[in-house]
Amino acid sequence: MSRAAQPETAPAVEAVGLGKHYGHSWGLQDCSVQVPKGAISALLGPNGSGKTTLLRMVAGFATASAGSVRVLGRAPAQSEEFLASVGYLAQEMPLYRRLNVAEHLELGRRLNRRWDDGAARGRLTALRVPFDRPVATLSGGQRAQVALALAVAKTPDVLLLDEPVAALDPLARAEFLASLAAAAAGTGLTVLLSSHLLRDVEQVCDHVVLLASSRVQLCATTEALVSCHKVLLGPRRGPSGCERSFDVVRATHTERQSRLLVRSPGPALGPSWEVFEADLEEIVLAYMGQGRDGGAIAAGPLSLLSTTGGAR
Amino acid sequence: MSSELSKNLVSFRLSSTSGVPAYLQLVQQVEQALRMGALGPGDRLPTVKEVVAEIALNPNTVLKAYRELEVRGLVEGKQGVGTFVLARPSGPPPGTQERLSRSLQAWVRKARHEGLDDPAIEALVRSALTRAGSSAEGAA
Repeated sequence: MSRAAQPETAPAVEAVGLGKHYGHSWGLQDCSVQVPKGAISALLGPNGSGKTTLLRMVAGFATASAGSVRVLGRAPAQSEEFLASVGYLAQEMPLYRRLNVAEHLELGRRLNRRWDDGAARGRLTALRVPFDRPVATLSGGQRAQVALALAVAKTPDVLLLDEPVAALDPLARAEFLASLAAAAAGTGLTVLLSSHLLRDVEQVCDHVVLLASSRVQLCATTEALVSCHKVLLGPRRGPSGCERSFDVVRATHTERQSRLLVRSPGPALGPSWEVFEADLEEIVLAYMGQGRDGGAIAAGPLSLLSTTGGAR
Repeated sequence: MSSELSKNLVSFRLSSTSGVPAYLQLVQQVEQALRMGALGPGDRLPTVKEVVAEIALNPNTVLKAYRELEVRGLVEGKQGVGTFVLARPSGPPPGTQERLSRSLQAWVRKARHEGLDDPAIEALVRSALTRAGSSAEGAA
């Protein structure tokens, strides 16, 4: 398409060497990531890997101990302009328990200059969320939808969501992600949402940031990740031999066979290898394991920073 | 044709276990709807927003599917209006598929009854496709 020929636009979120220490330990260390404009990016990693710390620093709620972060070219600040351009939804879905949906919308309209009331009302009406009951009496799924509708009605350029679907049942999770995808469609909104499970968010995301052991293990579009990894199946090999000719991310062996997840295998593969496509979940799990073993496998973290999110 | 009506012309669903990329599943479902006659020339496909609001999918995945359908000459995107069906995929008219599908289902039931499991049935179908040669020979 014609947009592909244009020079790449600056990323929506860019962290360089970002770090945060709590006392003597690092909550996040040497974190360099780029989230392209318009991407829906999954921020993945086990509990305690630094996801919340990163989101809070991007939102301007926590200060960095090292490095820097920029959101649409601006350093996070408690300024009206910055806060208007960034939406942040904390894990506990902050709502006023005794107020109803209509009162929340009224509050939002008064407090935000860029408020889009129609979109919020439309989506909540379509989902049959009652407007006249205190939010404390709504289901968990409905409360999450209200919190999301409020965050979207603010019309931010970047929306940060901390584990938004972790507490939801599968149906409510699917409806929440559908609302999120619909809010992003055609608007250029950039979303960074954390989850400890890829499977929960895989379908809506086109970009992945993986943290493990407080460090970045992966940062790339899902398309680039899938296209630059392959699974090789062949006769059992020792760790020397042909594994040297490409980057092995994860190797599993049976008595007779070796199964290797490798990065960008060249054409020089021996004829004894069968080559398969790798799926995203397998790739992410392999890199997550790498972080846990302290980088015991040679391949190391992977950042494809120059990739762009698709144009919407 | 009203837009409310055309919204319901095609409804997508996704299988996460099929191994087929999501965008290709959408392409195949539109093609299948065209072959079965559920969709025809002039019909409007749902907008990207309508699709993702229903099945929680990345908007770019839907765009990719619609672009692929465009490349295949089946639909045409009109700026600001929507994506419209241009033509049916080449092949026999709607109805033929359905008729053949019914007789194939009867055959599958028979194969299962005789003790074949699904992988064995799939292997048999693949081998039959190979043995029957090219489609030109099949017609002779």
